[in-house]
Amino acid sequence: MADVLEGLGFEIDFPENQTCCGQPAYNSGYRAEARAVARHFLDTFERSPCIVIPSGSCTAMIRHHFADLFQKEPETLARVHALEQRVFEFSTFLTQVAGVEDVGARFRDVVTFHDGCHALRELGVKDAPRRLLAQVRGLELRELSPAEECCGFGGTFAVKFSELSGAMVRTKVEAIERSGARTVVSLDPSCLMQIQGALSRAGSKVRTMHLAEILASR
Amino acid sequence: MARDYILHRVRTALGRSPSQPIPDPPPARIRIPEISLDARVASLLLRVEELAGTAVETSDPRTYIAAAMAGKSAIASNSPYLAACGITGLPGVESGITDREQLRHACATADIGITSADYALADTGTLVLLSSPAEARMISLLPPEHIAVVPRDRILSGLDELFSILPHPGEQSSSMVLITGPSRTADIEQILVRGVHGPGRITVLVAPA
Amino acid sequence: MASEFHQKAHDTLANANLQLAIFTATGRLKDKRTEAVAAGELPDYQELRTQANAVKQHAIDNLDHYLELFESNVTARGGHVVYCKDGTEVSDFVLRLARERGAHLIVKSKSMTTEEVDLNERLEHHGLESVETDLGEYILQLAHQRPYHIVAPALHMTRYDVAEVFTRRLNVPNEIVIEKQTAMARSILREKFLNADIGISGANFLVADSGAVVIVENEGNARLTTSAPRIHVAIAGIEKVIPRAQDLATFLKLLARSATGQLLSVYTSFLSGPRRSGEIDGPEEFYVVLLDNGRTRLLPDKRKRQSLFCIRCGACLNTCPVYRRIGGHAFPWVYSGPIGAILTPQFMGVQQEPALPFASSLCGACGEVCPVKIDIPKILLELRSDVKKAETRDKQNRLEKLSFRAFAWMMTHPRVYEMAGKLLRTAGMRSLQLGPLAAWTSQRDLPPLPGRSFRERWRRR
Repeated sequence: MADVLEGLGFEIDFPENQTCCGQPAYNSGYRAEARAVARHFLDTFERSPCIVIPSGSCTAMIRHHFADLFQKEPETLARVHALEQRVFEFSTFLTQVAGVEDVGARFRDVVTFHDGCHALRELGVKDAPRRLLAQVRGLELRELSPAEECCGFGGTFAVKFSELSGAMVRTKVEAIERSGARTVVSLDPSCLMQIQGALSRAGSKVRTMHLAEILASR
Repeated sequence: MARDYILHRVRTALGRSPSQPIPDPPPARIRIPEISLDARVASLLLRVEELAGTAVETSDPRTYIAAAMAGKSAIASNSPYLAACGITGLPGVESGITDREQLRHACATADIGITSADYALADTGTLVLLSSPAEARMISLLPPEHIAVVPRDRILSGLDELFSILPHPGEQSSSMVLITGPSRTADIEQILVRGVHGPGRITVLVAPA
Repeated sequence: MASEFHQKAHDTLANANLQLAIFTATGRLKDKRTEAVAAGELPDYQELRTQANAVKQHAIDNLDHYLELFESNVTARGGHVVYCKDGTEVSDFVLRLARERGAHLIVKSKSMTTEEVDLNERLEHHGLESVETDLGEYILQLAHQRPYHIVAPALHMTRYDVAEVFTRRLNVPNEIVIEKQTAMARSILREKFLNADIGISGANFLVADSGAVVIVENEGNARLTTSAPRIHVAIAGIEKVIPRAQDLATFLKLLARSATGQLLSVYTSFLSGPRRSGEIDGPEEFYVVLLDNGRTRLLPDKRKRQSLFCIRCGACLNTCPVYRRIGGHAFPWVYSGPIGAILTPQFMGVQQEPALPFASSLCGACGEVCPVKIDIPKILLELRSDVKKAETRDKQNRLEKLSFRAFAWMMTHPRVYEMAGKLLRTAGMRSLQLGPLAAWTSQRDLPPLPGRSFRERWRRR
């Protein structure tokens, strides 16, 4: 992602104190712990004018759920609302903030796109990655059917309800195989990990890649 | 008493006191599209057919019904409109019943129930029947087939127009029923079966006003 | 974290035929809904949802006012309103009414509210015959089973199951043709309708400005239940109240499309009071039972209050990747799917089935299809927090609590975080194959670890 952004002329800063958005604790019901991590995130990125994240779920956590953690702290809540405006999921940043669709990428392959749920439903991301992929030289994009199905990761859900999670990702793998694509692209590392794990368990040669990796390809 | 207990719990939970005035509700959303009567008629006919009903515009509902009956028995409502169309006088058509038990028996044994309709909704293929001395509930419910004769000028664009004309249906009648197609179920293996409890065949005749 | 829910979910997942049945049936309903609310079919779908949400919000926020308004309008039309705290009060009322009127036979149309309180069981215990008349519910009653799905209760049964139940309980010859099974049920139930003393229905909406009960159905059994017997009793949760008849123009457009993809259900009945003088048929007595049964417990929390907006369309069930794989019987209560997952803990307490709010990947599909815009994922997250707060000292959960404390500590100490990453890359992913993470590898492979972290690479450029 850093390569792509620098290639477009942006100056990148990587605040080294960054760790996590706190989503695992929040999703598991541990709000006090999530709050502590969220506070750390707020402090780390306080002075960053623009924050780009290669993950739909992390972006959604910050933009849609941080506020829930600080309802009883008006001052922190104000900082959260200010932060929400400065945080962008990667593909959204490219298309809406940078106003770019062609980043000069080349990637010769038959590719399909997995719409991760947080990006799709919480952030409303659907077109942006597709417009970016359409400009990648040599890339053929095929849609999955059924579309917009959850990969079954869901954080600790994958472990607490592993059978269900496995059933869900197998449906995804079947759809991928039907599409004939050889690479699955998505915006979320967690979805990619879930899908890749199931693909290799199924003995498939299909690989998963993050959108940023595709866009960085020359 | 349960009433006081429940209302008290509700108020406490909502932070409201007895008889506290309420803020204005969001205005009811009523959007009536501009559609010509001809277009409404055409839409109604199309929608009813899509629901596996039969829909026909006719200037002579009496003749149509006589042919459709083909020797079957029918019970017709006491609607003056049906009488004016000459339908209640057709051979095989029983009408003019005002006794509940008698009517029930007639409906339980008739092949066809014939009613008028207070309104019809063009966008969904729906009949609107209000029960009254002229229109009993059972006629459109018990017999396996239902024929409704709708005056042309009673065809509305849809629900919005219906509730705009009739914001308080309860003032007219104890029962207003919207009928959209034949009775159906898919409860067993999701296989569609028509005529479960209500009529399995429905005919809508659009007749002169 | 094994529990009854886990076990039942596992059992369903292991049953290939049942799996296929639920997945296919819900898939069909899901697709039909998608078509029915598409931009070409219903251009103002999103506006209607917003309106429906706003009207429900207003009605619930001012529920006492609308209950009283409803009551006065029912009474004005010659009907009676009966408030009941719980199932016992409901059955006491019905039993008393039956006794006073010498009633023995009751016909019932579908009502999830009556299933909440096991009304049939209570009535039968006291010697009344109470017959379900919705085809699916009738079959379930004969089979002594609970509904599998809000809108398609016998989803899990095949025609052979139905044939077996009919033969066993009705003493009829074995019949596997579905049309004939339906005709059999129709004929038996017709007798019941025409001889019943009391008809008990539910209500989809209670219209405050009209004192009316609105019932939506496809078969015609609710019409017969509410028109044939001399007494009609409608039983509904207090949250079903909407302010005006005109609001139906919004709700009716959303309900059938969301449930089955139909433009409107076959029959929508708007019933206010007993029959008027001059009307030939219709009930002579009209009662509306307003049931609390725990609903008032959901009112105080402003964020969770929206759980009561539900109009019971079933869209969330049909779209939920979890429900579509484990079905309704895995859920501990009468409400299943995403709505069941948020209602059950709120009615019964989170400790009843603490796994329930976690049985979701939080994909958000449910919230996206809800016609009244209940933010189900947000409420699930709240309930997860409630579960953790309510947890008593339990060995495994203490370990989990400690793990997340450690997580929070590590994530607020960047050097520690960096070091942990380094350790993991050195030790390899195999070190993670302990305890709960073994569950990961039961279903899929672990990812390979990068040689160097992003941090390390960043520093080197």
